[in-house]
Amino acid sequence: MTDKKEWPLWEVFIRSQHGLAHRHVGSLHAPDAEMAIMNARDVYTRRNEGVSIWVVKASDIAASSPSEKGPLFDPANSKVYRHPTFYEIPEELGHM
Amino acid sequence: MYAQMVKTGVDHIQSKEEMSPEERAFQDRVDQDIKIEPKEWMPEAYRKTLIRQISQHAHSEIIGMQPEGNWITRAPTLERKAILLAKVQDEAGHGLYLYCAAETLGVSRDDLMEQLNSGKAKYSSIFNYPTLTWADIGAIGWLVDGAAIMNQVPLQRCSYGPYSRAMIRICKEESFHQRQGYDIMMKLAKGSSEQKAMAQDALNRWWWPSLMMFGPSDAESVHSAQSMRWKIKINSNDELRQKFVDQTVPQAEYLGLTVPDPDLKWNAERGHYEFGEINWDEFYQVIAGNGPCNRDRLRTRVKAYEEGRWVREAADAYAAKKAARAQAKAA
Repeated sequence: MTDKKEWPLWEVFIRSQHGLAHRHVGSLHAPDAEMAIMNARDVYTRRNEGVSIWVVKASDIAASSPSEKGPLFDPANSKVYRHPTFYEIPEELGHM
Repeated sequence: MYAQMVKTGVDHIQSKEEMSPEERAFQDRVDQDIKIEPKEWMPEAYRKTLIRQISQHAHSEIIGMQPEGNWITRAPTLERKAILLAKVQDEAGHGLYLYCAAETLGVSRDDLMEQLNSGKAKYSSIFNYPTLTWADIGAIGWLVDGAAIMNQVPLQRCSYGPYSRAMIRICKEESFHQRQGYDIMMKLAKGSSEQKAMAQDALNRWWWPSLMMFGPSDAESVHSAQSMRWKIKINSNDELRQKFVDQTVPQAEYLGLTVPDPDLKWNAERGHYEFGEINWDEFYQVIAGNGPCNRDRLRTRVKAYEEGRWVREAADAYAAKKAARAQAKAA
């Protein structure tokens, strides 16, 4: 009863306003990129949510592995000096 | 609800001591309100239950287009027609958000379609009732979407990331649905005596099925207890039903309509409305496939799917042709 060949899955990214970055909003199935963009318009921008759409095949996305989250992000943990709050600036100087 | 009586496959709630280290770590994260994301480890029962719950919810959105679609060609004004079209289109969108969320758990879209079209999958009991008059479109938006919102708002905080995000999107759009329904009811209630009678008739027919949507009392259910532990169910069925009645009765009074329940009365001590016995036999009959419209809903669904086949095939052929041309050009 159902089709044997499933359309590929596309991840959809929408830029909501000029000046902001594209943001992942969800995914959908479509036979090609052109149809994916048209479907994304209907599924994800029915209320003016976007001014630009990107679609990318889900199978083309390389992702970091959740189980390696520790070793991958650990190096940043010990570097508090990368944050401005690490430094104490005398109050009389005002905002810096 | 849009997903009713979802089984978890467990026979008792495990204590932390009974759990494997992985299960314990998982439960700890859920307890701390840390969202679970697709590729992370999760108990098999959690994954399966979520697939069942999310796909049932998605199927309900898809089948839910039918009772309302029934009135698109007969809406009383062009404005009402445009609004109803937009609402039905939203339901399709909600189905799609939810199917995507289910797919992140490792089930394919084809499998989900197959389960729906073969009649194997369940969808909400409410969509097996007919829409006999225009007032039913008002009653559905007001009562059915109102009941759905009761359940979906807390689910925005559920433990599974993709489901929670789909719920956030859906809730943003659902409020329009309920308000447009109440708007239809207000118009009819303030209209001629025939129009008011139509509104009352719709309330009479949709009230009890709306209360049934929340499902039978699950105070004793091990499945509900497990789902609540996993935070994929936030409130008990009775809790949500009571909240719905408390919210809806004053809205009916404002319309000058009578809720079809002789036992309905305000209990000042409890601060809640008391309401009459629900006919659960009817609910189980509808769930078992013997509601007024079950067969028709499935037949319509399969027909739409089959009649769309040539469109899907044409899109496939066009995509293949374009890909072949691009490849030839590159070579």
